[in-house]
Amino acid sequence: MTEKQATPDTTVSRRSFVKGAAGLTFSFTLGGATLGRPSEAFAAEGAKLNAWVTVGTDNAITILCPTSEMGQGVLTTLPLILAEELDADWSKVKCEFAPNNQRLYGGAHKMFPGAQVTLASVSVPAYYMPLRLAGAQARKVLIDNVAEQWKVPAAELTTDRSTVIHRRSGRRISYGDVAKFAKVPAELPKIVEADLKKPAQFKLIGRKDIKRVDVPSKVNGTARYGIDVQVPGMVYASVLQTPMDGAKAESVNTDEVMKIKGVTRVIPLPFGIAVVGDTVEATRTGRNALKVNWNTSEAKAAPFDSEKAKADYAQKGSDPNVEAKEWYKVGDAAKALADAAKTIEATYWSEHTYHAQMEPMNAVAQVSEDGQSAEIWVGTQVQPLAAAVVAGALKTTPDKIKINLQLLGGGFGRRIWPDAPVQAAVIANIVKKPVKLILTREDDISAARPRPMTHHVIKAGLDDKGNLTGWHHRIVAENVDAVAAPPRFQATGGQDIIGWRGMEQEFYTIPNIRAEGVREQRGMRVHAWRGIGAGYNKFVSESFVDEIAAARGVDPLAMRLELTKNHPRASAVIKAVAEMADWKRKRPGRGLGLAFADYHDTLTAGIAEVSVDRATGKIKVHNYWIAADPGLVIQPENALAQIESAVIYGLSGALSEELTVKDGAVQQSNFGDYHVLRMSDVPQINVRILTTNNPPTGMGEIGLPCVAPAIGNAVFQLTGKRLRHLPMSSARVKTALA
Amino acid sequence: MPAVAFTINGKAVSVEAEPDTALLWVVREHLKLTGTKFGCGSGLCGACTVHVDGRAVRSCQVPMDQVGGKKVTTIEGLSPSSNHPLQKAWIAEQVPQCGYCQSGQIMQAAELLAKTRRPTREQIVAHMDGNICRCGTYPRIVRAIERAAREG
Repeated sequence: MTEKQATPDTTVSRRSFVKGAAGLTFSFTLGGATLGRPSEAFAAEGAKLNAWVTVGTDNAITILCPTSEMGQGVLTTLPLILAEELDADWSKVKCEFAPNNQRLYGGAHKMFPGAQVTLASVSVPAYYMPLRLAGAQARKVLIDNVAEQWKVPAAELTTDRSTVIHRRSGRRISYGDVAKFAKVPAELPKIVEADLKKPAQFKLIGRKDIKRVDVPSKVNGTARYGIDVQVPGMVYASVLQTPMDGAKAESVNTDEVMKIKGVTRVIPLPFGIAVVGDTVEATRTGRNALKVNWNTSEAKAAPFDSEKAKADYAQKGSDPNVEAKEWYKVGDAAKALADAAKTIEATYWSEHTYHAQMEPMNAVAQVSEDGQSAEIWVGTQVQPLAAAVVAGALKTTPDKIKINLQLLGGGFGRRIWPDAPVQAAVIANIVKKPVKLILTREDDISAARPRPMTHHVIKAGLDDKGNLTGWHHRIVAENVDAVAAPPRFQATGGQDIIGWRGMEQEFYTIPNIRAEGVREQRGMRVHAWRGIGAGYNKFVSESFVDEIAAARGVDPLAMRLELTKNHPRASAVIKAVAEMADWKRKRPGRGLGLAFADYHDTLTAGIAEVSVDRATGKIKVHNYWIAADPGLVIQPENALAQIESAVIYGLSGALSEELTVKDGAVQQSNFGDYHVLRMSDVPQINVRILTTNNPPTGMGEIGLPCVAPAIGNAVFQLTGKRLRHLPMSSARVKTALA
Repeated sequence: MPAVAFTINGKAVSVEAEPDTALLWVVREHLKLTGTKFGCGSGLCGACTVHVDGRAVRSCQVPMDQVGGKKVTTIEGLSPSSNHPLQKAWIAEQVPQCGYCQSGQIMQAAELLAKTRRPTREQIVAHMDGNICRCGTYPRIVRAIERAAREG
């Protein structure tokens, strides 16, 4: 991957400045948000202007959060960044969601310039600078107004907790009182990075006592998620999802289902069979009574069987003539391997995994009589994408779709693709009433958009002194970008940015590296899953680093410190975690395993302490230590929580999560056969965050990638057996130990 | 459709619903008490946990014909002003992330504390193991229950 970092234009240009009845509204767009790779889904929208921050005459300050709250804490973190530069009294700040409008609210992340998206752990890095500039500009306008009113030089005014202060005369005025007389200049003051606070001046950023603003509503039932929305006159819908894309209903027992009290319509649609009714329970009873014969002759996934396909995947893994697209390259890996004194090779696997977000997919949709505009209530990770795809389904334009963003009961990548709002809108357009669609858990799983099944062949070459001279990593899998981001997939000539993430080795100094991808096309609806490609790719590469260390007879810690010798921040997280876990200390009956990973510029290292029940094959993780360097930390308490969360998600994926596919259909149906981690399986988790003044990078996923390889490496240390297949379920471990 | 009379959060109500309708849907969609969440519909995740006559149950598994005359308590009725020791502890420990499962977690934990004033960690884990939190807030849930038990 060689993505050039776009330099965001940090000037803030004036678009409008409206003085509202209740106070001042500061509005501006942030320059430089040019679309690097414009996709149809992210096409520009209408130009209606909105505001980031409103100062009320009652001193209340409303700050908008441009991205979605799915548990990661942005509804607090992002407004806090603006409040810092505004010098706002945090106790008076109200945080609200920004509407769908990426011209106003698009971020400045190098990977998604100009996009209003909640994914890839980019919310803080994307908005850190824009929101600081916005806050500083608002503060400057307030100061200039006071300077004029009091006839003092603006340079003599300072601010503190929503108050403008003139030290020489001892006068003070609250922001709310300024809002009563403030006039808006025709040209808003230009703010540059040099005008911003130095980290040492921060009053809010980095404070450990700042709590999440959404937490009180999440302990008393008042937090409102998409599934909680009710609108007047609405009816309910349940949709028995097609078992795979392209399956068509050949026969449906409509008459039988229509006899169920409360069921009003049974509608076969391309995505499934909709049962519409007066109550949610009627639609569920109706959905459960459906008998459908599916014709899968035109469904691409129909022949796919995740077990039987493995022979094909394995063949492509070892075939030198198959088309393999280059993802990452240093030097000449092929030559290095050919010239090596010793080569090591291994094959790895990972199975499909399902998001299992706790809130099943749902949406409420109301469509206009002419079918040309709609209002949607939904928890989505990407408001503009939801509007664009709903617009496409209704054959209208995205500006005609109003998204009312709700809290998300978990996202993890599942709420990027807006299948629920589209289905609700299509049904609402047919029945001409507002529709509340709630998927059953069974439909949520059968309509899974899983992390793909992957196969890996990985090779290393050592010279006669044992130095690592060559590295070759091939992945064979369905390409996530091809399904989830087709315009980008086209633009990059078939690079799977989501699925191949993590095969690059930017922090290891290896003279010759090639990472490449071989594309499978099986018709599965593969998508982003927390940690994306890094989840399985780091399992493979970090397990393999230990295989190399074992072959050389080198300590895995020493090996990684040697590999990261040119990247002090990477070495630092490795040293930190080794110290936390007391790496050298042997524990009877237990193994320790180490892993290092980078993910979207955040660095991390983890150590797992495990034991194995040899009779059952069950791995017990007793302790997990993790050190992370995410640059500057906005909210330390939430950062810890995010890491704990991703570690547990990673443990769940490493040890038990597995979707299997037969005849194109997912075989699991609920939490009884799709096993996610429960409280009794949680180890002691010890987190250390190495805070630096480097620009902030993401926190939401970085806890995940080290978990699986650290566990596999620990099992190897304990048993001498190498686990090369995710999940490391009891059955697989038992077989490996036999 | 038969009417079922019961008490919810101290208030007498009568709801028309089919006998096999799950209490969950009556609570959420008929009575608009949406703090109780739908997670799996099969009693496997605990998101829909409420109290019926003081006992924590999965409301997705309780048909309305068993609710007549009973006292139902949901997260909205756990305390008069969100000041149950568990709710205070949940805030102090900053437990929720996405928050979707937390009503069920708190209702499940409330049953434990009502029975066992100072539960051991093992008792907490055994009692809470049926409640899934996909954000992985489990360590904080344990800490919050311990805090609530300590601080009352």
